[in-house]
Amino acid sequence: MNYVIIGNSAAAVGCVEGIRSIDKTGSITVISDEPHHVYSRPLISYLLYGKTDREKMKYRPDDFYEKNSVTALFGVTAEKVDYEAKKVVLNNGSSVAFDKLLFATGSSPFVPPMEGLDTVPKKFSFMKLDDAMALEEAIGPQSRVLIVGAGLIGLKCAEGIRGKVRELTVVDLAPRILPSILDEEGSDMVQKHIEKQGITFHLGTSVARFGAEKAELKNGETVEFDVLVLAVGVRPNTALAAEIGCKVNRGIVSDEHCRTNLDGIYAAGDCSESYDITEDQYRVLALWPNAYMQGETAGIDMAGGNQLYDKAIPMNAIGFFDLHVITAGSYAGEAYVTRTEDTYKKLITKDNLLKGFILIGEIARAGIYTSLIREKTPLDTVDFELIRERPQLMAFAAPERAVKLGGAKA
Amino acid sequence: MKRVYVNEKWCLGCHLCEYNCAFANSGCDDMVKALKDVQIYPRIQIEQGNGINFAVNCRHCEEPLCVKSCITGALSVQDGVIHVDQDKCVGCYTCILVCPYGAVMPGPTGGVVQKCELCTNNSSGEPACVKGCPNRAIVFEER
Repeated sequence: MNYVIIGNSAAAVGCVEGIRSIDKTGSITVISDEPHHVYSRPLISYLLYGKTDREKMKYRPDDFYEKNSVTALFGVTAEKVDYEAKKVVLNNGSSVAFDKLLFATGSSPFVPPMEGLDTVPKKFSFMKLDDAMALEEAIGPQSRVLIVGAGLIGLKCAEGIRGKVRELTVVDLAPRILPSILDEEGSDMVQKHIEKQGITFHLGTSVARFGAEKAELKNGETVEFDVLVLAVGVRPNTALAAEIGCKVNRGIVSDEHCRTNLDGIYAAGDCSESYDITEDQYRVLALWPNAYMQGETAGIDMAGGNQLYDKAIPMNAIGFFDLHVITAGSYAGEAYVTRTEDTYKKLITKDNLLKGFILIGEIARAGIYTSLIREKTPLDTVDFELIRERPQLMAFAAPERAVKLGGAKA
Repeated sequence: MKRVYVNEKWCLGCHLCEYNCAFANSGCDDMVKALKDVQIYPRIQIEQGNGINFAVNCRHCEEPLCVKSCITGALSVQDGVIHVDQDKCVGCYTCILVCPYGAVMPGPTGGVVQKCELCTNNSSGEPACVKGCPNRAIVFEER
């Protein structure tokens, strides 16, 4: 059996480990357009922050490919998939034959047209290791950095470089930061915390035009800068899959086995859509854990095993300057909110289920909440008054605790 | 595989398991020096209320969500035991987001995480919490 994986990040590693849990001998080829051993992309901000280094940010040990008998092609791009001939054509003129193929192609930064952008000499994305290293090279203690985008990528970048530059300004069209994971109150709290680090926000506006070392904003203000980071958004890399007839919405559509509509072709990670059980719809859930688990599911399925990826939910653990934020699920429903000066907690319930939560500052044992969402635990089977005060196993009935802690069979 | 299992009805809620855990992981050979007047950060934690007490520590799941979700590769399964490489961990807390038992927690410094590794990572040899439990409210066995 020839397994081929286009991509070399979380979904690819999940796929390799999924395949090898069943098939110890089949040939596996990984096609990576980056020239690096598999590393953790979300760690690039931690790299600049000084919390990790090039060695530690390797996602798997140096002998990962060898131990798993994987042929890893680094610095090579998959140009085309020939579905009829069952081969992937590479940019170096060669091709790789496959019986089963995984698209783990990830996403790419999306840069909207902005007047004068061409004239900015130092501009960067913040997705890959090479982006981070180029950015680090370009900044210094006197740098004034402008980041366009107050989402996860832009703000983690801001945290990573704050200590290395003189001025840091963040602009976003949205009226508040992190709108994809926080509500208004949460956004406000995290923004104030980040502002205390000397980071300036211009929200609800965008760049009208870039000039010489300055950006004129639509709200009339001007931001002077010498290094620009573009973190507006990302788009799933779906072109190769679309060309051969895979169904593509925003991402490549794949089912609970991570199979696409084409026989033997799979998709996992940021390039794909998964079924969000909290929204009851297919969505791109561009999250590291989901990517790994999709990839693993695909790998197991490719090798003839059986695993379902059917509990996907949006979920994030993120921190800025020691303020930790954990969120999951969707926020439509009845809210239960508690707030102190340093903490914020919101639980959202609907139809006897916990649908989502936001925890800021106090995040202990958050996974107990996450599991209520993922397992769709009917809230009338737990002591919800107890568990909403803080996550705890005491809230489950004794027989359920015996399963969780006593080894009883469910 | 042998795991730490809870016999809830025998648990007194005495918290000795927490102290023995903190001591075993302190790297110190004098329990008084290790624990007196310090805030302890045990990897096993007692829940109590309404006359019910029980200890919670890592279940060493066969399908560990923490390991699958870890963004750094710091969490791994080694001979069935879920191990954290604290040198690799950056304290993103994705494991805390996903652990259904609430059994992974920030360590004493508040940065990287810690968890029960069944005392395979210290000199105790076998789980110190179980060794010191006066009532067999936690046991280390196959089930």
